[in-house]
Amino acid sequence: MSPEIQARFRVDRNDFTLAVDLTLPGHGITALFGHSGSGKTTLLRTMAGLERAPAGYFALGSEVWQDESRGRFVPPHQRALGVVFQEASLFPHLSVRGNMEFGQKRTSTATRRFSLPEIAELLGIAALLDRSPGELSGGERQRVAIARALLAAPQILLMDEPLAALDLKRKLEILPYLERLHRELALPIVYVSHAPDEVARLADHLVLLDQGRAVACGPLNEVLARIDLPATFADDAGIVIEARVAEHEADDLTRLEFPGGHIHVSRRHEPVGTLLRCRIHARDVSLALEPPMHTSILNCVDAIVVNLAPTDTPGHVLVRLDVAGNPLLARITRRSADKLAIRPGLALRAQIKAVALLG
Amino acid sequence: MESTDLAAVWLTLKLASVVTILLLIVGTPIAWWLARTRSRLKGVVGAVVALPLVLPPTVLGFYLLVAMGPNGPVGQLTQALGLGLLPFTFPGLVIASTFYSLPFVVQPIQNAFEAIGERPLEVAATLRASPWDTFWSVAVPLAKPGFLSGAILGFAHTVGEFGIVLMIGGNIPGVTRVVSVQIYDHVEALEYAQAHWLAGGMVLFSFLVLLALYTFNPTRRKAL
Repeated sequence: MSPEIQARFRVDRNDFTLAVDLTLPGHGITALFGHSGSGKTTLLRTMAGLERAPAGYFALGSEVWQDESRGRFVPPHQRALGVVFQEASLFPHLSVRGNMEFGQKRTSTATRRFSLPEIAELLGIAALLDRSPGELSGGERQRVAIARALLAAPQILLMDEPLAALDLKRKLEILPYLERLHRELALPIVYVSHAPDEVARLADHLVLLDQGRAVACGPLNEVLARIDLPATFADDAGIVIEARVAEHEADDLTRLEFPGGHIHVSRRHEPVGTLLRCRIHARDVSLALEPPMHTSILNCVDAIVVNLAPTDTPGHVLVRLDVAGNPLLARITRRSADKLAIRPGLALRAQIKAVALLG
Repeated sequence: MESTDLAAVWLTLKLASVVTILLLIVGTPIAWWLARTRSRLKGVVGAVVALPLVLPPTVLGFYLLVAMGPNGPVGQLTQALGLGLLPFTFPGLVIASTFYSLPFVVQPIQNAFEAIGERPLEVAATLRASPWDTFWSVAVPLAKPGFLSGAILGFAHTVGEFGIVLMIGGNIPGVTRVVSVQIYDHVEALEYAQAHWLAGGMVLFSFLVLLALYTFNPTRRKAL
């Protein structure tokens, strides 16, 4: 059983208060999501010990790094954690290898979990070891920064918007490596982001922050499917499903299976059996009382209405559906909701107009 | 060149070398503190360090002479320690020159430390480097251009001083008579030929130092 992360902090600044009490799972990727000024970076820095919350408690399993009620504060350099900042911040006076060895040299051999060649391979930087940081692209620099953090034998990795400073091309270059970290290393990651796409793609667990408070915390879909929350994702509201590649069909479509039904997408190159993350936006889901007969929309699943809530888009409501135990969100006009008499418990058909495959 | 000229050149180089080393040792912690502190004393300390930039050397020399003299606090201390009195000795000259050239070393190093910013130091901390370790393995290497500038300026400025040497050291051949004083003596004695040699040498030396400073000082590297 992996250790839980416990974080209780209160930070008071002139114009800002951070007050959180979180218990996070000690595995997988936990995303701290919120708009700028929501306190997500402050929370991460406080976890790292780079900022000291006057009233704070932070522990990873039995390892207590901060407990101000007992006057305990372990300085950052004595915490087994890694931090990746928005800018790679490589040391310009050291080579790529020198940067990667910086933290490794300062850990005892017994605590080391990964070797340098292993990590260089994992992040695709084995060919860059003798370069100087100035010769690298933005994406390569960020991968070196991640490698450097991993080699310092962290028990938890804290990432502060590691992709925010990169253009789309570089982002797409790094995301697969982050997914590899996720798959191949048993290391809890706390990932700060304000990009819904990144969160949907990477996170297992989601903490929504608003004005220094955690307004929701739980498994990704559970939080995404909550329609009672302020519209954090706004127009991007939607859920994420894990679907399995079931069949590549003759007419260039691939059938994906998920608990609750199946959906067709354009032909994929992944072999049958691969798990894919897909995102279904609420705006791409429409509702019908009868099984629609004459429609071009291929993907249609049985669903039961759980509840409705108003949304920020004028004239629209957000409907939470249950599809064989999985949540699904639909955004429809209030007029349609009234016309179809949408109410909790109603069984209907949800038509999915588009699926975004992540990765 | 006469032997007294050579002795003056040798003494000048010795003085400048000792003072430069001493300034790097004393100036580095002051520069670090000034670059990092949020204390209200920062302005006061910064101003005191910069005083020699604006004070006439005779003023600084006068106070140092008084302090190190037989009735001054420093003088009484050195006498009590059995070291005798510092004025008109080489160590006295070293101490006075150190005060006088302090800003020329502290300021470039302080600027270099400030240019590093917080981030590389934070990164080092998250990579298990203690503050002391971080200072040596990150701050000093990144501030290298500042150290280079500071050392060159401190050395050159010490070579070029005159007023404070006269005040503290006087004019004792082989002990306190540096090149600038020797030139003064030559001119007083109307020995223009000798004065030319030394003065020309100083011009050349100063030019080469500044050339080195402007040519080799690498453009500051940014954290990537």
